[in-house]
Amino acid sequence: MRLALGGLDWTLAVVFVPLGGALLCFLLPRRTAVLGLITAWLTAMATLGLTLDVLAKGAQRTALGGWEAPLGILWLADGLSVSLMAMTASVGVAVSVYAAAYFRDEHTERAFFWPLWLLLWTALNALFLSADLFNLYVTLELLGFAAASLTALSGSTAALAGAIRYLMVSVLGSLSYLLGVALIYHACGTVDIALVAACIGDAPRPAVQAAVGAMVAGLLLKTALFPFHFWLPPAHASAPAPVSAVLSALVVKASFYLLLRLWFDVLGGGGRGLAELLGALGAAAVIWGSVLAWRQEHLKQLIAYSTVAQVGYFFMAFPLSMAGHAGAWSGALYLALAHGLAKAAMFMSAGNLMRFGRQDRIAELDRVAYRLPLTLAAFTLAGVSIMGLPPSGGFIGKWLMLQAAFQQGRVDLAAVMLFGGVLAAAYVFKVVGSAFTPGEHEHRGLAVPAAMEWSALLLAGAAILLGLTLPLLWPLLHVGTAPAAALPLATAPGVTS
Amino acid sequence: MQALFWALVGMALVVIGLYALIVHRHLLRKVLALNIMSSGVFLVFIGLARRPAQDGAALAPDPVPQAMVLTGIVVAVAATGLALALIVRLRSESGRSTLDDPADD
Amino acid sequence: MDGGKRTHAPHRREPTRAEAREELPSWGRTLLALALLGLLAGLAWAVLSLPRPAPGLADAVGARLAESGVSHPVTAVLLNFRGYDTLLELVVLLLALIGTWSVRRARRCAGNVPGPVLRQLPGLLAPLMVLIAGYLLWAGAHAPGGAFQAGSLLGGVGILLCLSGHSMPDWAQRWPLRLVALLGVAVFALSGVGVAALPSGGLLDWPPAAAKTLILGIELAAMLSIGVILAALFAGGRP
Repeated sequence: MRLALGGLDWTLAVVFVPLGGALLCFLLPRRTAVLGLITAWLTAMATLGLTLDVLAKGAQRTALGGWEAPLGILWLADGLSVSLMAMTASVGVAVSVYAAAYFRDEHTERAFFWPLWLLLWTALNALFLSADLFNLYVTLELLGFAAASLTALSGSTAALAGAIRYLMVSVLGSLSYLLGVALIYHACGTVDIALVAACIGDAPRPAVQAAVGAMVAGLLLKTALFPFHFWLPPAHASAPAPVSAVLSALVVKASFYLLLRLWFDVLGGGGRGLAELLGALGAAAVIWGSVLAWRQEHLKQLIAYSTVAQVGYFFMAFPLSMAGHAGAWSGALYLALAHGLAKAAMFMSAGNLMRFGRQDRIAELDRVAYRLPLTLAAFTLAGVSIMGLPPSGGFIGKWLMLQAAFQQGRVDLAAVMLFGGVLAAAYVFKVVGSAFTPGEHEHRGLAVPAAMEWSALLLAGAAILLGLTLPLLWPLLHVGTAPAAALPLATAPGVTS
Repeated sequence: MQALFWALVGMALVVIGLYALIVHRHLLRKVLALNIMSSGVFLVFIGLARRPAQDGAALAPDPVPQAMVLTGIVVAVAATGLALALIVRLRSESGRSTLDDPADD
Repeated sequence: MDGGKRTHAPHRREPTRAEAREELPSWGRTLLALALLGLLAGLAWAVLSLPRPAPGLADAVGARLAESGVSHPVTAVLLNFRGYDTLLELVVLLLALIGTWSVRRARRCAGNVPGPVLRQLPGLLAPLMVLIAGYLLWAGAHAPGGAFQAGSLLGGVGILLCLSGHSMPDWAQRWPLRLVALLGVAVFALSGVGVAALPSGGLLDWPPAAAKTLILGIELAAMLSIGVILAALFAGGRP
């Protein structure tokens, strides 16, 4: 299927615009910030174009090079991939504006931040578009290297150690995934997702089980699901603030997205045992991550452990999605989108607080509520979404998942979700409370650029508004999915037929 | 049968590499372990390409796994280069060649 | 530490109490080894269960090889059928370079003092290596070879020169070096997008008549990039 270039080809643009921008930023280090901001804006526009295109015309399939599968590589832009690309673009523009101010005085870091960040964005879009298992391996590696390099950017010992651990975990996860792809290729003779889905039922079971096990294990490692979460807090907490935002909000979603793709498009639903295991690990992650978050003394560590907990929620959708109930995975997806916006806002707020006070001990947040009101507002709004209070996106996601849990009689999972919300409130209010009280020592604050405060606030606001945009977002999420997976619109909150 | 032999050797390399990755503390050994695991995965990928039927008649090799493994080798080299740069920098910043236990953070 | 001095040989020291404590106890290692042996058994069983003869794409490639512009099937897969993978792979290599440069400064090659053998070697070997690299690039169209193999050789030339104490002139280490490093990705991406602008074109869709030239051009740029990037990775940091 050759794609003629009448008008503008948005799928091409979302990958090649950030790539081209990254190359230019690398070539011209003195102009990186300007080039980077322009590229970020253009990429966001291209993503918007693609989103509208997919809403209007349905899922878009591109055969790269004109070669159909199984010989060539296919791109598939359906509701799932486009909604994640849209989240990436929203966070991406905010982080770009934030980073331009954050790195204003650090020439070396700035010079390398922009090419690395734009290549990370390229990797994300390439990953979300790809419908070829081996191509996905290459995009996963691209993503991992960019993320690890960005983590090490500040050059501190903690950042370097976190980055090395992150890089090794990323490579290990990708290798495990690649081993699975190798077995699948040799069982089915193709690596195209649609063709593999057709073949996998007839392929020899030991090979399929080993392949799926290897791929899932690798992706779980990359998504930091308990007990594979050990690498995440050191890396996310020691990276520069805009990088932490990107890592927690976007990069962990990529491997989770891949797991969803494998689960639904390749396996057609997966086995009961695996689903229950994932759900149990998710529940453990929620409790473990939330408790550890509450116990942290440093703000960025707290936010990083909160990511560990939130990731657990996504995985509780797996046992709830058996028997044709699609509400749970829509809820998990909504939660993932909201978490992306909210977590980025949280890390950006933390970056503001660190810039202001030159430290991030929670107990020493010396009345910042009065001195940095915008930042505190951003953190609080983001916290509202993390806790799952209405009308935020987090509330919608949790509501859908709780509804699915009660419908299927899974009181255990529902209890964990509710308890997790309570724990989230505990750690969010730990921070907010400390921000209103004087610290042990008087801190004279440094100026925080307005761009940094406003970008955090706008993202947090978007996380809240996400809940209100459900009627608009719902059709997008379901573009391209099979009819059996669509939830009847009447039961979704706030949607009128 | 020869195809299976290489694939099994590849699997063994993957497992040996994984053991070394977990057990050894020195970062350079971890990098070497990851390289061994990569070689194992590539060996599995290539070794199984174009396995003949039971009667053993030879078949032309399958070019797609070869191209994929070429890509994989380049990615592995890139990873090793980046990892080594990070390790050298860590050593020059802190004198350590191992990672601290994450629980100590 | 990162200056031009050669580091002295590291002296061995006893592992500290802290380090000794971090090693896994022997029962832990045994347990791990047993678990991994079990894993190996499972993986081996999976391998043994695979169908024979193997389903594969050799026939599919052979059927369309004539349209690809080259006559070697692996090159055709790398640069035509699955060219997008190769493009991303070149990006990965460039990314590793950018990441390495962001982490540290390179040690200066001029600080390496070569012994008698190494003084003569570049003069003898470097031209030969460049020649062979060029041949490998050309041969890739009809035999094993191509941009990666040729690029590796060029990278070897760079490493040889660095070890013998020769380094690039300072002016070349600024934007020219960066330009050559990104040349492979740039030429590949521009060709791929440019072809999409043609009337009946698509992304990375080489018209069969022009495919051979396009592929050769891309491989040439890629060879130069790969050589430069590999040598620069050996130098280990930004210039």
